[in-house]
Amino acid sequence: MSVLLECRNLTKRFGKVEAVSNLTFTMGSGRIIGLLGPNGSGKTTLTKMINGLLTPTKGELYIQGEKPGAATHGLVSYLPDKNYLNKRQKVSQVLDFFDDFYEDFNRRKAESMLADLQIDGSMSLKSMSKGTLEKLQLILVMSREAKLYVLDEPIAGVDPAARDYILRTIISNYNPEATVLISTHLIADIEQVLDDVIFIKQGKIELFAPVDMVREKEGRSVDALFREVFRC
Amino acid sequence: MAWEFESGLPIYLQAADMVQKRVIKGDYPRGSRLPAVRDLAMEAGVNPNTMQRALLLLEERGIVFSQRTAGRFVTEDAQLLEALKYQTARKQVLSFVKRMDELGYGPEELEVLFRRVIQEESTAAQISSENIMAGQEQAHGSL
Repeated sequence: MSVLLECRNLTKRFGKVEAVSNLTFTMGSGRIIGLLGPNGSGKTTLTKMINGLLTPTKGELYIQGEKPGAATHGLVSYLPDKNYLNKRQKVSQVLDFFDDFYEDFNRRKAESMLADLQIDGSMSLKSMSKGTLEKLQLILVMSREAKLYVLDEPIAGVDPAARDYILRTIISNYNPEATVLISTHLIADIEQVLDDVIFIKQGKIELFAPVDMVREKEGRSVDALFREVFRC
Repeated sequence: MAWEFESGLPIYLQAADMVQKRVIKGDYPRGSRLPAVRDLAMEAGVNPNTMQRALLLLEERGIVFSQRTAGRFVTEDAQLLEALKYQTARKQVLSFVKRMDELGYGPEELEVLFRRVIQEESTAAQISSENIMAGQEQAHGSL
């Protein structure tokens, strides 16, 4: 298991607020990892730094030994927590865009997954429901042959059937060379899909451990532990 | 997701028990090849690493064995599977006996109770199937 992501004293401040505070950890390959924390705990700030959308105030972050930048954009496939696609486009135009933009985009794979969902290339994004749009975005992101997939809240706001589809897609795309980092606050739904969990609270890591180790040690689910650690 | 997991136990242990049950029941017959890790993981809705760990546990128990390139197979050892079936059933019976004890049923009463309930159930099933037949005949008659 090689090191894919390394953070050293990683810190991000917005004015007086320290959104991410002195994080030091490494992540290997072949893992599905949950980044769990309540709203405002620093999940999105951390994922944005991994993508190079935010620069750290202090500390370092390396993806396969490289700082976030042109070289790492090819290694990281990112699903933001918002829709960023042009809604006036058709599915086929979005596929063209990804094909042009990402060298590692596997168009055939995307098309076959879209066909499974009966999403046609001629369909316009405007006509899609929120759930369908989220599924489309996930398919685009998972169809890249990246090393690190960073999914920010991929299952929030979709119905349980769509959620199952998304989780099955993550499992079926499992690759021992790659790691998937899923940021969410809906733990119960994804717990059985995860290898490891990271609890993040006020910008600090409270826990980074394998799911089954937590269950073995605590005699309860990660979800139950989360509710205690983050009790309001 | 297809398989239901309890919250207090490691997922890989529960997944191992579920696959083991299929072996005991004969869904995966003696000597047959198990589905691939990825397919089982998909069906269960768990991480492939978790399913891999579950199957390694079944290997340790001697229930399955892996052949380098061909995949994983159910053991040919009928005696082992028979013993496993008995052990699993025994656990269920003991837990049943314990719960009935909480209701005040002693071992001798349990035997009587058990026969009575089974009898009632089979009579009820017979009546309802007769009703369905009668219903079908009526439907035919009215045509």
